[in-house]
Amino acid sequence: MRHTISVLVENRFGVLARIAGLFSARGYNIASLAVSETMDPTISYMTMVVEAEDEKILEQIKKQLNKLIDIISVTDFTKKAHVDRELVLAKVSYSQKDKAKFENSIAKTGAKIVQKTAGFVIIEMLGDQTEIKALLDSLKQFGIKELVRSGRIAISK
Amino acid sequence: MNIMKLNGAKILIESLKKEGVEVIFGYPGGQVLPIFDALYDADIKFILPRHEQGAAHAADGYSRATGKVGVCLATSGPGATNLTTGIANAYMDSIPMVAITGQVKSFLIGNDAFQEADVTGVTRSITKHNFLVKDVKELAKTIREAFYIASSGRPGPVLIDIPSDIQQQETEFIWPEEVSIRSYKPTSFGHPGQIKKAAKLIASSKKPLIYAGGGVITSEAYRELRKLAEKLNAPVTWTLMGIGCFPATHKLSLGMLGMHGTAYANHAIMESDLIIAVGARFDDRVTGRLDKFAPYAKVIHIDIDPTSISKNVRVDIPVVGDAKNILGQLLEDIDKLPDTSEWLKTIEAWKKKYPLKYQDKKDVIKPQYVVEQIYEATKGNAIITTEVGQNQMWAAQWYKYDYPRTFLSSGGLGTMGFGLPAAMGAKVGKPDAIVFDIAGDGSIQMNIQELATCVCNKIHVKVAILNNGYLGMVRQWQELFYKKRYSHTTLVNPDFVKLAEAYGAVGIRVTKKEDVRKAIEKAISIDNTVFIDFKVEEEENVYPMVPAGEALNRMIEGLA
Repeated sequence: MRHTISVLVENRFGVLARIAGLFSARGYNIASLAVSETMDPTISYMTMVVEAEDEKILEQIKKQLNKLIDIISVTDFTKKAHVDRELVLAKVSYSQKDKAKFENSIAKTGAKIVQKTAGFVIIEMLGDQTEIKALLDSLKQFGIKELVRSGRIAISK
Repeated sequence: MNIMKLNGAKILIESLKKEGVEVIFGYPGGQVLPIFDALYDADIKFILPRHEQGAAHAADGYSRATGKVGVCLATSGPGATNLTTGIANAYMDSIPMVAITGQVKSFLIGNDAFQEADVTGVTRSITKHNFLVKDVKELAKTIREAFYIASSGRPGPVLIDIPSDIQQQETEFIWPEEVSIRSYKPTSFGHPGQIKKAAKLIASSKKPLIYAGGGVITSEAYRELRKLAEKLNAPVTWTLMGIGCFPATHKLSLGMLGMHGTAYANHAIMESDLIIAVGARFDDRVTGRLDKFAPYAKVIHIDIDPTSISKNVRVDIPVVGDAKNILGQLLEDIDKLPDTSEWLKTIEAWKKKYPLKYQDKKDVIKPQYVVEQIYEATKGNAIITTEVGQNQMWAAQWYKYDYPRTFLSSGGLGTMGFGLPAAMGAKVGKPDAIVFDIAGDGSIQMNIQELATCVCNKIHVKVAILNNGYLGMVRQWQELFYKKRYSHTTLVNPDFVKLAEAYGAVGIRVTKKEDVRKAIEKAISIDNTVFIDFKVEEEENVYPMVPAGEALNRMIEGLA
């Protein structure tokens, strides 16, 4: 199962490597990771989505993160009210006969066309995981040439 | 007012003095020349080992014997990578240590400069924390934090990597008296509610067992542990790292448990209805097959490290914090005592039925006999270090440790070559103690160069080589599980007596049982480092033994 965890860390070189090292050394997988500075430039905020087969592994991940000296706090959003978002950019191509169908899908899912070129369009969408899944499902019929995702970010309610 | 400016190297030395460092184990090299220049007339003891790994193990042994933070020092690149085994060893056993390494000049970092290695990268997973100092103004604060991190919470090694230009740059030396790290606040006192719950559970148990580990020694909780055992009238078993945390000669003692633990300790934990784990982490060498481990027991787990709790064994009442504080509180909170009389009778019966034993012979020296004789000759007052393998297990089984910090052994990492440099470090920290390294003929050769360090610094340790001509523990596994196919475990050894003499030490060879005790006594009386080469039974095995992957009570006894 996937879990969203956020950590506040000292904004120093090497901190990301420590976290990555912790995951790789113990064989945990990071599905996505987003890092940025906070209002306080000495602190960074990381949101990570991790795979944990069971509660025990999730607990270990959280405890091991807490154990790292440069980590200030760890928040697990699994059972905590929160808002999460992810940004998706995709290159999609479609044949002219599907134009109306494509535009309809885009409008329905709440995605936006950023740029149109001869061979494809670039679309963007900001949404939660359900919305993004709906978008990706509806785009499959047209042909996604390239897909980039920002990784999930989350904030507690 | 005159501001006194010091260069980074001098700041390092002054900071180490502020931290109360008595001795540095270190090796010079190109990127630590400024530090060595500052050491030239510094009033701090310096020991030059013959290999950086020796420096790290010596700092580790010093720390284990004294409880203080051990300090080792090496140059960049190969100097630093040679420290890594010693650092990993200290990390696995939670030993407070500060390792200082030189680094290439800061503007050359990342250039594949001569003797450059990404040392903070290499040691990230084997240190509690590490630092690369990029500004000389940060140096004093970094050292202060390094010692604080190394020695607080669950202790461990901390590495400080200092580029040589930072060692040369000058700044005002300001020693931060206070240290506060916002992201690091180890828990010291246990949760009072949890301790109360633990006290209740203890009262309702019938077969309680105290399972103690190295954390008891680290937090100096042995008095509290003994009080608890005596108050509850509960038996005590311990891990390899816990040896010495409870007197082995005490009537409630069960000795070590686990793969080569006593049969009665293993039976006791398997039958127990309550395990009170203190500063131990349910390592696989202790639990045996996990899903068969202690099926009837509830578990109270007292540990400073939350990651140790419920990692391997499901815990009913976790109490996170310092063992000494928690046991102190627990002793106050226990008002109702369990009745353990039946339980102790059962245990007595196991002790009679399954004693620790070996088949002694008249004409052959048994390794266990040598260890027993060292115990007798030193009256149990020596500091024993070990290498890794059969020598280590026999040293753990056949010498009775009544005091903490007297058995120094590589527990978690299992590092061959630990014993001699660790003995050296221990002897530096405890110069009045008799220090014995109980070694194997394989392990001793892994850091044998430190014999030179011992001799020239008059660090007179005694080395008892249990020489069986094999890498004995691996041979034992090959015998038992690989149809006696002794693949590359036979050793052709040097003449250890001549070798000791070549280094300026004393060598004694013992081939007859009746000479064992005399040789040990002679070694103790000689004012020099002594190697005793005991030619012991070649294919002796360590028993009892729980085969890997078996339940703890499925021991091989191995004796007729």
